[in-house]
Amino acid sequence: MCDTCGCSPDGGAVLRKPGQNNNHVHVSDTIFAHNHEEHHTHGHNHDHHKGTSRQVVLEQDVLQKNNLLAERNRGYFEARNIFALNFLSSPGSGKTSLLEKIIPSLQPLFPVAVIEGDQQTTNDADRIHALGVPVIQINTGSGCHLDALMVNRAVKELDLQDNSLLCIENVGNLVCPALFDLGEALKVVIISVTEGEDKPLKYPTMFHEANLCILNKIDLLPYVEFDAGKCREYAMRVNRELEWFEVSAKTGEGLAAWQEWLEKRLAHH
Amino acid sequence: MHEMSIALAIIDAVEAKAREEGAGKISGIDLLIGKLAGIEPESLAFCFSAAAKGTMAEEAVLAIEESEGVAQCGECGLKFPVAFYYAECPACRSFFVNIVSGKEFVIQSMTIEEEGE
Repeated sequence: MCDTCGCSPDGGAVLRKPGQNNNHVHVSDTIFAHNHEEHHTHGHNHDHHKGTSRQVVLEQDVLQKNNLLAERNRGYFEARNIFALNFLSSPGSGKTSLLEKIIPSLQPLFPVAVIEGDQQTTNDADRIHALGVPVIQINTGSGCHLDALMVNRAVKELDLQDNSLLCIENVGNLVCPALFDLGEALKVVIISVTEGEDKPLKYPTMFHEANLCILNKIDLLPYVEFDAGKCREYAMRVNRELEWFEVSAKTGEGLAAWQEWLEKRLAHH
Repeated sequence: MHEMSIALAIIDAVEAKAREEGAGKISGIDLLIGKLAGIEPESLAFCFSAAAKGTMAEEAVLAIEESEGVAQCGECGLKFPVAFYYAECPACRSFFVNIVSGKEFVIQSMTIEEEGE
């Protein structure tokens, strides 16, 4: 049973390279599952009395497994000076388009690699592949978020370079991905002017966890009733430290400012 | 939505500990879920029973304690209860608040049955 929605018979994410719909690698849990047989050789002498029950204290954070692996990812990125960004948004806000627009300007400055996350298809990875940067697609099946294990596995398939930028485009979802640390340096949340300006209030967990918010599709402002000022105000209420950029991936407006910020952070992260 | 993968994570964790303790089965699991943790307890309980089938936790009774969200105002230092990540300080009306509790999601303890004869 799928471990997120319980609906698909074939659980587990797979990794695909662009244009390779037949070849895929399973993100399996086996590398981290403890070998259950080992525990039976403890040689503990438990008295065989019937039906004794006792309480055992754990005080263990449930997301510990993901968080520990995320920290390993983080350590790896830090050691190799890889600046990893986790891009989050609803489906259709423009994550892939933004990457398509900005990566060509960044490529001459430092190496860039991308990890794409979607339920199915390599469509997004194919688009990034066309830019000539290394990219891998994670297909989560019916999964609703990327997790640290998937990223850990994907990184092993990519030939990452030292002093580079890694863009992780999460599954389009403003709810679940906020809870799963991937080991990134920063979380970037993207919303667009075709969505409601009260998005930050309706999805506070995501905006609270993000470090940066990009408002996209500003070229459409004349045609929609969207108050960018109010949207920013709502976002700041949920997260006072949030950095804010307004851009259009289509026309390129505002991207230079974001790029300048990115370059500075990359140099000093 | 992701409560199923969370349920599996809980089962993994309690089974591992139960094996260490030489248990045959787990009869109870005590969880502490903060109201701001982003986890829906009912959803979790629902997914848990499905996820636990065939495991040592199959008959475990889930006891969920919810902890309140508490924020502290960054301007005047007042601590006050909150239900969301954004709130206005009741004293100075600032929106600069930090969440100081309510995000926990911990397996506090569990009750195990020793392996019987």
